[in-house]
Amino acid sequence: MSNFLTSSIGKKIILSLSGLFLIAFLCVHLALNLLLIVDNSGELFNIGAHFMATNPIIKIVEPILAIGFIIHIILASILTLQNRGARPIKYDLRRQSGNCTWASRNMYILGGLVLIFLFVHLWNFWWKIKFAGDPLLAEINVDGTAMENTYALVSGLFKSSIIYCFLYILGGIFLGLHLTHGFWSAFQSIGLCNQIWRKRLECLAKIFAFIIAAGFCIIPLYFMLGLAN
Amino acid sequence: MTELNAKIPAGPLAQKWSNHKAHINVVSPANKRKLDVIIVGTGLAGGSAAASLAELGYNVTTFCYQDSPRRAHSIAAQGGINAAKNYTNDNDSVYRLFYETIKGGDYRAREANVYRLAEVSNAIIDQCVAQGVPFARDYGGLLDNRSFGGALVSRTFYARGQTGQQLLLGCYGAMNRQIEKGKIKSYTRHEVLDIVIVDGKARGVIARNLVTGKIERFGAHAVVLATGGYGNVFFLSTNAMGCNGSAAWQAYKRGAMFGNPCFVQIHPTCIPVHGDQQSKLTLMSESLRNDGRVWVPKKLEDAKKLQAGTLHPNDIPDEDRDFYLERRYPAFGNLVPRDVASRAAKERCDAGFGVNNTGKAVFLDFKYAIDRLGRHVIEERYGNLFQMYEKITAVDPYNNPMMIYPAIHYSMGGLWVDYNLMTTIPGLYAIGECNFSDHGANRLGASALMQGLADGYFVLPYTIGDYLAKDIQTPKIKTNTPEFDAAEKHVTDRLRKLYDIKGTKSPDHFHKMLGHIMWDYIGMAREAEGLKKAIKLIAELKDEFYKDLRITGEFTAMNNELEKAGRVADFLEIAHLMALDALNRNESCGGHFRLESVTEEGEAKRDDEHYQYVSVWEYKGDDKEPELHKEPLVFENIQVAQRSYK
Amino acid sequence: MADKILKELTLKIWRQKDAKSKGGFETYKIHDISTGSSFLEMLDILNEQLVSENKEPVAFDHDCREGICGTCSLFIDGRAHGPDDDVTTCQLHMRRFQDGATITIEPWRCGAFPVIKDLIVDRGAYEKILQAGGYVSVNTGGVPDGNAIPIAKPAADEAMDAAACIGCGACAATCKNSSAMLFVAAKVSQLALLPQGKIEAARRAKAMVAKMDELGFGNCTNTGACESECPKSISIEHIARLNREFLKAKLKD
Repeated sequence: MSNFLTSSIGKKIILSLSGLFLIAFLCVHLALNLLLIVDNSGELFNIGAHFMATNPIIKIVEPILAIGFIIHIILASILTLQNRGARPIKYDLRRQSGNCTWASRNMYILGGLVLIFLFVHLWNFWWKIKFAGDPLLAEINVDGTAMENTYALVSGLFKSSIIYCFLYILGGIFLGLHLTHGFWSAFQSIGLCNQIWRKRLECLAKIFAFIIAAGFCIIPLYFMLGLAN
Repeated sequence: MTELNAKIPAGPLAQKWSNHKAHINVVSPANKRKLDVIIVGTGLAGGSAAASLAELGYNVTTFCYQDSPRRAHSIAAQGGINAAKNYTNDNDSVYRLFYETIKGGDYRAREANVYRLAEVSNAIIDQCVAQGVPFARDYGGLLDNRSFGGALVSRTFYARGQTGQQLLLGCYGAMNRQIEKGKIKSYTRHEVLDIVIVDGKARGVIARNLVTGKIERFGAHAVVLATGGYGNVFFLSTNAMGCNGSAAWQAYKRGAMFGNPCFVQIHPTCIPVHGDQQSKLTLMSESLRNDGRVWVPKKLEDAKKLQAGTLHPNDIPDEDRDFYLERRYPAFGNLVPRDVASRAAKERCDAGFGVNNTGKAVFLDFKYAIDRLGRHVIEERYGNLFQMYEKITAVDPYNNPMMIYPAIHYSMGGLWVDYNLMTTIPGLYAIGECNFSDHGANRLGASALMQGLADGYFVLPYTIGDYLAKDIQTPKIKTNTPEFDAAEKHVTDRLRKLYDIKGTKSPDHFHKMLGHIMWDYIGMAREAEGLKKAIKLIAELKDEFYKDLRITGEFTAMNNELEKAGRVADFLEIAHLMALDALNRNESCGGHFRLESVTEEGEAKRDDEHYQYVSVWEYKGDDKEPELHKEPLVFENIQVAQRSYK
Repeated sequence: MADKILKELTLKIWRQKDAKSKGGFETYKIHDISTGSSFLEMLDILNEQLVSENKEPVAFDHDCREGICGTCSLFIDGRAHGPDDDVTTCQLHMRRFQDGATITIEPWRCGAFPVIKDLIVDRGAYEKILQAGGYVSVNTGGVPDGNAIPIAKPAADEAMDAAACIGCGACAATCKNSSAMLFVAAKVSQLALLPQGKIEAARRAKAMVAKMDELGFGNCTNTGACESECPKSISIEHIARLNREFLKAKLKD
């Protein structure tokens, strides 16, 4: 495995694997979030959030997830810098719309936008739950277990601010776009693609990206439109 | 007078080559390391020779004018490569391939050379397969074959419509392996402009670095020319734009004799000329004649309507179509050799039956094959060619007949070589299309690739050893000698002379003019009066060229105009020699058709009594006519007969 | 079908004296071009016009003009090999352009392909990548019969698809990252598919990728632009195979 990480393909493979890991995280995250709209009382979501906050396995996974993010971001930055440097003199006129998708050309920008969103998102919830605290998080008791009222924090944010709702919808869309390319591209980069599977993976990527984007967008919309009472 | 000695080994035909190999000298591995060989041109012949010689241990230097050896024009060969494998069980054999090649060449090639070619053909296929050339295969996993013009068996191996490309990439790969090992030094964008002779032997070349414009010297113990043909003398041809005869021509002027210069091949299936803005003709593979049927209308009024664009070819019923090849040559039909097919097309068009606006085109129709085999089969066999046709003409050949017309394609003539492929200059070899040796007066389809690779992989590596064995004591050739000084000065002066004319017309202008003269008088039909006129016109054009040429740009820098000017200057002289040779050969044979020598049915009539020889021309000076030598052709193993494809 | 005449075209062409000079765009007008002419024939006519005005013609690479040698290499109106699919520059015809149009012509822009003059670039980097291992290591002679090793037709066909690469450089020129992956993949994939090439597949993949990286090409981000501009329609599935071959090779190290 010597020089694996210095080679272009090696970097791409690690980038893909970290991407796939993040995709797996997204699935769990979305599943949990959808509890917000399944149960109006917030009970189910709170149980879920409490489980995630206290389960020892999740505690181990959390820093790994953070590392996954960091690797993904660092490698993407290195690759992008190298790619910029590979063409010192730019074309005067370029027409790329016909030969590749907008998302595939702008993965770094989309990733950057998602990252900005991520910071806002972390500040909104993760930071408050873990460190800063918030009056809305006042402890509640569900089936005999004491836990923070995470549901109140989330619903409170979306009910109080239409700007945040739009921001979260945008975040979902950026993430979806990032995944339209990222999902199948990851399989391509690790070599798990051929003539038949390419069509399947590309199709799957679109479906997956749509589910993720729609899933994350539904939640702010749900609160925004007052469906949560 | 120089004695011509073809050095054909004694003994029965089938044993000549093995006997010869057994008795020639061999250089030991330790000595091979001390010997340098220059190879000019990196197509199939040059590339395969370079790789093979470097593998043997010689230090090889290659030159090509392109930016990579992979771009040599062998790459454009489409149809396939012949070999006497008899995989198809249709009674092929080395003898049959030999016989058909001699017959196809209209009995104007050397028996011994052609037999050797047929003999090594099988090894070429094996070699290429081992290199990873993706030849077409059948579902059982074995190699597939198809048939080609002039042959009664299916012996053509192919890789879609890109056989030349795949074979060239095969030997380019072999070259790359040696470049990586340091055994080949490859000079790209370098044009060899002179051969340096030291003590009567070829000892180096003078080349122009096409990027910097500098003139550079290179020495070696032997020099191999693999520079292809001179078909571009016609301006419009299927050759690449840069193909030229300059290195071979300088060799001629240094004493290498020129064989059969008038033998050039006109390929029947090219896309017709569209107008006077054209600079290049595009070939459609001969393999298309396997499944396409050639026709023109039977009725002159239909032809007139087609020319005026008021009638669609699909509206002409079958009974009004003249499948003239099938009519005239029932045995071979659409698969007659190239010269026959070309002349038949010209005959119909001259009679007014041409089918496009210029009246210079015939149909090649796949309707019948599509009806018989289904569109998908045709698509699999010729898909890339059909796509190319559609891109160029904007006509869909699946639903409309293609239009084709003959164009200059290949030069059978070239530097005269003996059985060892050495020219009349000791130490100077000529291989592939650059030499005259194997195709007589007409080359069969899929044989050019075979010859290039045979020479480079399996002939030259043996025969050059015989010569170099005497040179093992010779140290590295120094390039700071008076001979190199003189040769470099000669090249510089010559280019300077062209550059300093400062006239008004571009090299392309003169090239185009020359092309018109060539096509009109030294093209598909030639006659004494026309040839004499051509000689006069060429001389006049040459005068004008040296008075009114304009080369823009800088002298010592990249300058495409200067490159072209040098090539056109040589084409003007090659054209003159071609005219002289065509005038001398008052018979029709193969691609050389003299209107004075035809049968009652209008077919080509050979004159074996007077012309069964190779015309070998010796340069005698710029202001003197060259001297004609004759190498008689002796046929001991073949019954010489009037060629018939009926 | 019948050819028309384009009365006037404006050509905006990159001119650069040599590798060291700074280049710039020049604008030329050209008249009466048949739509049946190829793009390069149009440039021939422009050059003839420039010579008659005693100006230096535009230098551009071209040779076979049949779409197979891979020499021609122009970036026309924002696309490698111009506004047509599955063609090289020499196969591009003027019927693709409208009368009165302005056509921008640039050389390949890629750090590993420096401009030599005007529209000519140096693609020696591709040569070096192939020299690093793009071959089967066999000497002339002593090889088995061509039919000794049967090869399944699908594998042979797929190898041929990859082998169709003409090395024109459009993939790296068009890639937003100037990546040469399609070019490298085509060779690695062709030889990995065939039993003859499989033997040294691992060494080949590693050596060629290392050389590609060393020469300053960018990294592949799977946009697929290369395959849509490839004149031979080589698919990026071959890139997946290269990735696979590379990973397999590295896992053994």
